Order: sequence, then C-alpha cells, then structure tokens
Amino acid sequence: MDRNQLQRQVALKRSFLFEQCYLDPQQFVQLEELQDDANPNFVEEIVTLFYKDSARLFQKIEQALYSRPIDFAKLDDYMHQFKGSTSSIGAIKVKNECSQFKEFCLAANADGCVRALERVKQEHQTLRIHLENYFQLRRQAGLVQRV
Amino acid sequence: MARNGVVSWRRMSEKLDLSPPLVSEEAHVLAVDDSLVDRKVIERLLKISSCKVTAVDSGRRALQFLGLDEEKSSTVGFDGLKVDLIITDYCMPGMTGYELLKKIKESSTFKEVPVVIMSSENVLARIDRCLEEGAEDFIVKPVKLADVKRLKDYMTTARDVGVEESGGGMNKRKLREPCDLMMPTSPPSILPSSPLSSSSSPSKSPSPPLSSSFSAPASPSSPSSLGSPIRRLKMTNAD
Repeated sequence: MDRNQLQRQVALKRSFLFEQCYLDPQQFVQLEELQDDANPNFVEEIVTLFYKDSARLFQKIEQALYSRPIDFAKLDDYMHQFKGSTSSIGAIKVKNECSQFKEFCLAANADGCVRALERVKQEHQTLRIHLENYFQLRRQAGLVQRV
Repeated sequence: MARNGVVSWRRMSEKLDLSPPLVSEEAHVLAVDDSLVDRKVIERLLKISSCKVTAVDSGRRALQFLGLDEEKSSTVGFDGLKVDLIITDYCMPGMTGYELLKKIKESSTFKEVPVVIMSSENVLARIDRCLEEGAEDFIVKPVKLADVKRLKDYMTTARDVGVEESGGGMNKRKLREPCDLMMPTSPPSILPSSPLSSSSSPSKSPSPPLSSSFSAPASPSSPSSLGSPIRRLKMTNAD
C-alpha cells in the first residue's frame, strides 16, 4: 500500500473513532495539537500511559469491590480518578460507563458496581484495540513517508 | 509620569534593581496532580507554551518542593527558587488542592505566587471557596491549550513588569503597566511612590472576555477578591 492509501486509512480510522463516539474529537484534537516535530507521538504516549495506569486503578477498584465490608466512598474515589483520565484522553464511552459505576457507588449497590465495572472494562478494551490499530496505521503511514 | 510604558518600565526596573536574566527567563510552573495521565498532559501543555515545569503528584510533595513542608524542611534555603505559577488539581488524596492553596497563601515566601485550581467538577461552591482563599483562577478539566495560554498571560504580565520582592514571589497584581499590556492596573501597589498604580486608563483596555483570567481592577477601596472574573460573572448574573 502506498503512502497516500495508508494516510487515507489513518484518516478514515480517526473519523470512525469520532463518529462512533469512541473518542471526543474536541479533546483528542487538543492532544494532537500538543504534538510537534520533536514530539510526534505524544498522543500515543499518553494513551499508552493511560492503559498502563488503568491496570493499576482497576486492581485497586477490584480489591475495594471484593473486600468486605465495601468502602463505597473509596470505590467512588478510585473510579473518580480513573474517570478523570478517561476524560483527559477523550474516551467518551469508557467515561460514560464510569459515570454509571459511580451512580451505583452512590446507591451503595455492590451488584450494580460489579456489572458496571464489567462494562467499563469492556469499553476500555474495545477502545484499546481500536487505538492500537489507529496508531499502528499511523506509524505505517509515517514510515512509508520517511523512505 | 511617562506615557511611554517601555521607558517607565526601564526606570522601574532600575529602581527595583532587576537583573536582565531574571526577566528573560522562562516562567517556571509547579504543577500538582495525582493523576499520571493528567500530569503528563499539563506538563506538555505548559512546555509547549514555553514554560519550565516541575510536576509533582501530591500537595505534600509540592510543599516539600517549595520548602514549606514542616516535617521535611530542607536545610538548603529556598530563597533562590522562582515559581511563577502553581497549578493544582483540586481532588487529590491526602491533601486537596484547596488545602495546598491555603498553605501557600499562608507562606510569606510564596503567598504572592498565583495559584490556579483545576477540577473535573464545575461546582460553584468549590470555585467560590478557592477564589475566596486567594486562587487566581479555576479551570474545569480537561485543561485546554487555550486555558494554559491564558495563564501564561498573567505570568508574563508579572514578569514583564518585574518583581518587587525577592524570594520567589511574583506579584501579578501590583506592578502592571497599562500602556504595555492594554490592561488597567489593579488596586494599590506596595510601593507607595510607584507611578504605575495611579495610572489607570480603562478606556484603553479592551474589555476582557468573561472567561479570561485577567484580574480586572476593582475600585481602590474594594477587596481584591472582586478582581476574579468568575466572581464578577456571578455578580453580573445575580438577580
């Protein structure tokens, strides 16, 4: 595939992510604006950081969720942290599921929290796959450019 | 007094014994956020806006950095430390941004440093509390480049005109030159003989957008807390 085709694929993937509400275009574009020649992969770096950090937060959340008695305030705190990160990268669907989880925390509904956490993780993973694909395409398009 | 802002600034700088390196340095911002992702983003936002950044993950570490942590005071003096802005998240485990703000405002060395609060939640009561405690501005996350550029403006403002006291404090309110900056000056300067504080030409300045973080001048007798644009917005909208 030549450069143009690859670049077109990158653009299409990006549009898809926006149109399907995986990503908030406003926030994602903000992050893209922080990229320059010296930092061409900032967005990918941030996303990588997000996923690394997510793992840590999920662990904390699960620990809190499966301890007895459940400290819903703590649970809410952890999810609040995670939700903040999703907001920073513009991950709309994940963020919405986080809000659902927080609702269940407020209601001290343990079962609700368990189900909501599952959905959070599902959206989180789906987005990850899409983003990995997007960044890979981007790199491929870039590589071809350099040749 | 001279209408030419540049000339009067130079005279002022001589009075204040400003050395050129101080003025031409990049602004140094202390960023405080427990979120790794947000820290990276704010760091990048600030760097791309030509600021030096020190990013820490807690209020406690921020105080340690500033030499204000009572328990872990450094034996090395922090007199030479120049911090032009402190930007902190509100919700943090341990010490909240609000608590950090209070500690900074209680410090003689750093109370003049502008402190900006960031929060993912747009809670009016929270904003109020922070502004009342002396926060310069309150930014709802996620922080945008436009927000940082705005912050940069009031750091640049203070730096262009110079600093009166030594030891890390940038006094944004007191030494602004209206001709240079197209902004009216604010209430009383700490230099009684300062020519700058008396020159206020509101007609010259463009009316700042309400979302701007520039502090508009209140009349000399009103409290400085009215200078906050968010507070003014609230008052304007009050029935």
